[in-house]
Amino acid sequence: MSTPVAADVLSASPPATARLRPVARWRRRLEAFGASRPAAVGLAIVLVWIVLAVLAPAIAPYAPNASDLTALAHPTPSRAHWLGTDHLGRDLLSRILWGARPVLVIAPLAVLGAAALGSLLGLTAGYYGRWIGAVITRACDIVLSFPVIILYMIILAHFGSSAWNIIGVLTLTKAPIIARIVRGMTLDLREREYVAAAKMRGESALYIMLVEILPNARGPLIVDMCLRTGYNVIIIGVLGFLGIGLPPPDPDWGGMVKDTYGMMMVWPHMALFPCAAISSLVVGFNLLAVGLRELGLRD
Amino acid sequence: MTDGPLLQLRDLHVVYRSRAGDVSVIPELSLSLQAGEALGLVGESGCGKSTVALSIVRYLGRAGRIAGGQIVFEGRDLTTLDLAALRAIRGRRIAMVYQDPMASLNPVMTVGRQLMEVPMIHEGVSARVARERAIAMLGEVKLADPAAVMDRYPHQLSGGQQQRIVIAMALIAGPALLIMDEPTTGLDVTVEAAVLDLVRELRRRHRSAILFISHNLGSVARVCDRVAVMYRGGIVEEGPVRQIFANPRHPYTRGLLDCLPTLGRDKRQAPLVPIPGQVESATARGAGCGFARRCAHVEAGRCTSGPIPSLVVEGEPQHRVACVRAGELPLWRRRTSPAVADDHGADGEPIITVHHLTKVYEPQRRRRFGAARPIRALADVNLAAARRQTLAIVGESGCGKSTLAKVLSGIEIATTGGVTLDGSEVGRLGVDARSASLRRKLQMVFQNPDSTLNPSHTVGYAIGRALRRLRDGAPADVGAGVARLLEVVKLTPAMASRKPHHLSGGEKQRVAIARALAGDPDVIVADEPVSALDVSVQAAVINLLNEIQAAHGATLVFISHDLGVVRYLADHVAVMYLGTVAEVGRVERVFAPPYHPYTEALLSAVPVPDPDAAVARILLEGPVPRADEIPRGCPFATRCPRRIGAICDDTPPPVQQLAADHRIACHIPGAELQRLQTPLVGSAAAGR
Repeated sequence: MSTPVAADVLSASPPATARLRPVARWRRRLEAFGASRPAAVGLAIVLVWIVLAVLAPAIAPYAPNASDLTALAHPTPSRAHWLGTDHLGRDLLSRILWGARPVLVIAPLAVLGAAALGSLLGLTAGYYGRWIGAVITRACDIVLSFPVIILYMIILAHFGSSAWNIIGVLTLTKAPIIARIVRGMTLDLREREYVAAAKMRGESALYIMLVEILPNARGPLIVDMCLRTGYNVIIIGVLGFLGIGLPPPDPDWGGMVKDTYGMMMVWPHMALFPCAAISSLVVGFNLLAVGLRELGLRD
Repeated sequence: MTDGPLLQLRDLHVVYRSRAGDVSVIPELSLSLQAGEALGLVGESGCGKSTVALSIVRYLGRAGRIAGGQIVFEGRDLTTLDLAALRAIRGRRIAMVYQDPMASLNPVMTVGRQLMEVPMIHEGVSARVARERAIAMLGEVKLADPAAVMDRYPHQLSGGQQQRIVIAMALIAGPALLIMDEPTTGLDVTVEAAVLDLVRELRRRHRSAILFISHNLGSVARVCDRVAVMYRGGIVEEGPVRQIFANPRHPYTRGLLDCLPTLGRDKRQAPLVPIPGQVESATARGAGCGFARRCAHVEAGRCTSGPIPSLVVEGEPQHRVACVRAGELPLWRRRTSPAVADDHGADGEPIITVHHLTKVYEPQRRRRFGAARPIRALADVNLAAARRQTLAIVGESGCGKSTLAKVLSGIEIATTGGVTLDGSEVGRLGVDARSASLRRKLQMVFQNPDSTLNPSHTVGYAIGRALRRLRDGAPADVGAGVARLLEVVKLTPAMASRKPHHLSGGEKQRVAIARALAGDPDVIVADEPVSALDVSVQAAVINLLNEIQAAHGATLVFISHDLGVVRYLADHVAVMYLGTVAEVGRVERVFAPPYHPYTEALLSAVPVPDPDAAVARILLEGPVPRADEIPRGCPFATRCPRRIGAICDDTPPPVQQLAADHRIACHIPGAELQRLQTPLVGSAAAGR
């Protein structure tokens, strides 16, 4: 049961945000994050990783690929190497910090690519319906029904593994999911009266899709993009683990686990620290997504 | 039982939690209800009517809380009862009926099962006894063939039938108090009339007290003994229904009555007076009268300082009013049009003509068993709207009035027949196919204020975009144009930077009107533009439409189910039933005999805000036929109270030209109808 009167009372309060300047409006939005604990924690984790990645050249104690041969005998954490070194004597802390850089570029770019492609497909499928919608929906289902890991292996083995190829593969495999969400919302939104009003003033289909419909789908879309970014971090790790991630020797979290998991029984820290890095970033994005959904992302 | 009142609210204080802290929605409210009495609770939305109802059964939800006061029901204080004791009272001693019957019924259980549950749970009777009682109850709420209805699922019943089931569920336990929260708001006017009559009759038989919450003064007048008018969480006036309607004392009550379009009001003679402003938020509560800022009689100092006591009106001991100036104000008079005068002058030439228009929806998919039948939404419709005049199209839901609007505006295209707009044939032209100049000539105002504006765009963008698209060439200064249009619809230019969720329903509808005006259209098609608004706001929007039409010389095609609004605003009226035009003509001819039998039934069903209005009631029997099973002869034959025989079932009725501007489609000759019928509007309106 709802409390209709309460809703009326709240909506009748003076429209404070309408008159705020942009700076103040952003401050208000950030304050809103404080209202949701998951959002605040998630945002904090993600921001910390972004800052660390940006500052990696300045704060990393060693070069990421420099071997400290003296540490090889005792690779465990020590005063010289806070997180220890790997089996080649490379400082784990430095490698994790440097390893955050490609992840934090590839995962969001791939999500943006997927969102752009998926939104276009979803809008087209939802707005036109009929056979266009059917064709797009079926095509998306086909991509989604593929075992993705095998798809990654085939494509990356064929085209070679590089940052751009990984972005491309992630875009292609994530776009159908976004398309499905956007199509569902479009089916609903296209029946709104403001869409009819736009038609009555002779707007083009593209304008209606991009300017009238898409902005109103942004709430669930942004939540989902946040979630997908986290999943992409996992997939980048998996690709690194399978050896088809970013080419060595530059540090890559998944690759770091692959190189050292054989020594798990002896030196567990070599694999566990990169794993922890992946997990924390994924948890950060997931919490952010949960929080954004909680906040409803109005305005 | 004791002699005291059945229900007594003493200094009830309800707060809602919000981000900004607790908000007193009901600061202090006292109310009492005797056994067997029917009390109407009226007021605009947001004034706390539903909150009162919900707090009585302690259903306030997580955000709401009773912060003080007592709710004494049958001698026990409900605010202190534990949940188990409360459950024993809910449903058994106090029952509730909500606005949306579908939300109260479980879609996966037969209605019979749901009805039987009530006595089985509350009284522990056996399934067989419960079934007998359920069937008897269904008979009492006048459902035909109760035993068959028992086995139906809610979605197999119409809205009116569903609401009857909900009422049956509420009454089957024999509650002492029945709370009805807007029970007829979503229903068509003929169904509403039947449900209201049913409530009246059942009340007499079951002796339940009723708390009847409604924004519709007409239905309150029809059902209640006493009325309490609420504003901003407090009761401003309270008294027997006759005294409230004959001698309203509080300026707010008078405002509500003055802004209500009724069958006796006409835009030329008795203009609507909207209440200025809107219900203010509960957070900003100053000292003194809550209505002071919207009141025309406010007196600085006396009205704005200190609490306003509720005093007995002189000579009417049961009539109380919370207004310090109540005794000084002049007596209120019902505004009605004097005798019907025919002073419109000649009609102009028509700008939009609908000729032999038929719209058939083909079923999308073939059904596996039995062929799906096409749905005929409009059948051979002929209408014309003259320049600078208002053509109202009225009828119940499903009569095709919205389909007609869609064909006029090009959102749908005609199957056969056509529409001529200022000399061009547009019936088969969808919006995409219409030229820019044709699009500019006809614009539309939509029904739902929440979906008519894009929530992502500012008001300025919405109107500016329409200006750019619909005006010839690029206007030099779009900003100035937006400001000018906002002024036309009586909003401040500063509104341009707002987004729709910062606007009230009435404001949104004004912006939508400004947007439609951007291209200076010749024809504005308005599809139920005020049906989602409060009466006070509705009056302001209706007046605005009227003024704009006079100033811009546009033709208004006004679609509505509200006959009061239609009577007030229209020059011509078309009454539609099942996709056909039953009657069309000048408004004063349609609203006077001879009526089409369907018009007659519609008019007699309108609840009139006057408890003394003696209206000859015509109740329609049976459901509206489904759109794919339209009768061969007269579409209204299955429900017509004046059906004359087989000819009605077999032969489509002839269109009789009763006067130059009055046609009806009926087998009964006009002179015969004239003899049979009594004027319905006159008796309701002429009273005082």
